[in-house]
Amino acid sequence: MHEIFLDELKKLNTQFMEMGVLVNDQIDQGTRSFVAHDKKTAQKMIKEADVVPKEAIRIEKKALDLMALQQPVATDFRVVISILKAATDLERIGENAISLAVETVRVKGNPRIPEVEKIISQMTHEVRKMLIEVLTAYVQEDEKTARSMVDRQEVVTANYQKARKVIIDGVEKDSNAAVASASYFVIIRLLKRIGDHIVNLASWVIYKVSGELFELADPKAE
Amino acid sequence: MKNIMEVKNVKLRYGDFEALHGINLAFPEQKLTALIGPSGCGKSTLLRCLNRMNDDIADIKITGDILLAGEDIYRPHLDLVELRKSVGMVFQQPMPFPFSVFDNVAYGLKVAGIKDKELIQQRVEESLKQAAIWQETKDSLDRNALAFSGGQQQRICIARALAVRPAVVLLDEPTSALDPISSSEIEETLMTLKTKYTFIMVTHNLQQASRVSDQVAFLMNGNLIESGTTEEMFLAPKKEITSNYLNGRFG
Repeated sequence: MHEIFLDELKKLNTQFMEMGVLVNDQIDQGTRSFVAHDKKTAQKMIKEADVVPKEAIRIEKKALDLMALQQPVATDFRVVISILKAATDLERIGENAISLAVETVRVKGNPRIPEVEKIISQMTHEVRKMLIEVLTAYVQEDEKTARSMVDRQEVVTANYQKARKVIIDGVEKDSNAAVASASYFVIIRLLKRIGDHIVNLASWVIYKVSGELFELADPKAE
Repeated sequence: MKNIMEVKNVKLRYGDFEALHGINLAFPEQKLTALIGPSGCGKSTLLRCLNRMNDDIADIKITGDILLAGEDIYRPHLDLVELRKSVGMVFQQPMPFPFSVFDNVAYGLKVAGIKDKELIQQRVEESLKQAAIWQETKDSLDRNALAFSGGQQQRICIARALAVRPAVVLLDEPTSALDPISSSEIEETLMTLKTKYTFIMVTHNLQQASRVSDQVAFLMNGNLIESGTTEEMFLAPKKEITSNYLNGRFG
């Protein structure tokens, strides 16, 4: 009987990882289309925006079925619950990535501020790396890497603060950059939020491994 | 939290076969401890040591200490009637004596030498109320206890155990022979009684253990594998084998 449960659990894990890969691509496409003014890619992303939420529902349904029908406890319980909760965070990350695309379509205005776009690229690179690491930590039950996400998010937050300053300086230098700056503010905020959700994901890795419920994200950090 | 009973390095042998290999476990007062584990793991054997129900088995040898309120229950010249007044027991199959409900519940009091009829009457009523069977029996206390349903019989047995005001009640799979509704009624009764008594329950029903117990001890092959609060054990046991058992992967 338990073979069936473990088999289902394996499938659930695979689905979760697949969703992670999808979301990671979304972040990449979203920011790249923004920086490259690639509205076509952005529009395609928006059109396909329901793929990840649908995947999330499939995962949630399977997890809830397992809870109700197999009534797992102890380690098995934590695995199912952590997927259920982590899928929600992953879905939120996807939503934020779609918002990146929406902003790309909306954005008008030149001139731009190249220095900001450089920071945006850095932030994107960082959160994507974090997402891959946290998903790997999930599979490998690597609590240490999960815990390191707090420090990693501090780097993202620092970049966010830095970008704000650079945007304001840029507008002061050239008031024509004001139009683009509104979008910059949205984008850096979205990237920071993605980082916050990754930290939440990390806390579910910790729960899965140790049973410890952990508030990793600092609600004051803005 | 005060421990009312303590088991210290208890080993038990039936002839050449060692059934318990040195168990250390404490039972906190006014809590329900569930003993779980696969068949033959020694949980019932351990339970029966706690009020010396194993004494009469041939070739049995028990070593180590079992303390009730700090006193060794295996000390010489211990009065078994006194011990079983303090440590009562309810069995898997409801086992009322083949006489009236009243006499069943009063039985222990009479054995204990209580003659005051008013006190006996009062205790019988109180105990039946505590076991949540008073409403169903109050108008038929003269009826033979065997004429009641299985679930009712089991609650009469619980009332009988409670009548002598034991400190500890041992429960050996008390609901395994009952239907889900009767089981659930017994569980509710136990939840209420926990504020007054200490319970130690052997059960194969893991969901039941998670619902009613405060502490869980997991035994396997005569060893205590792990014990802890019910939350710890059902959410984050320290050993993988415990999680495997709780999820029915063996046993």
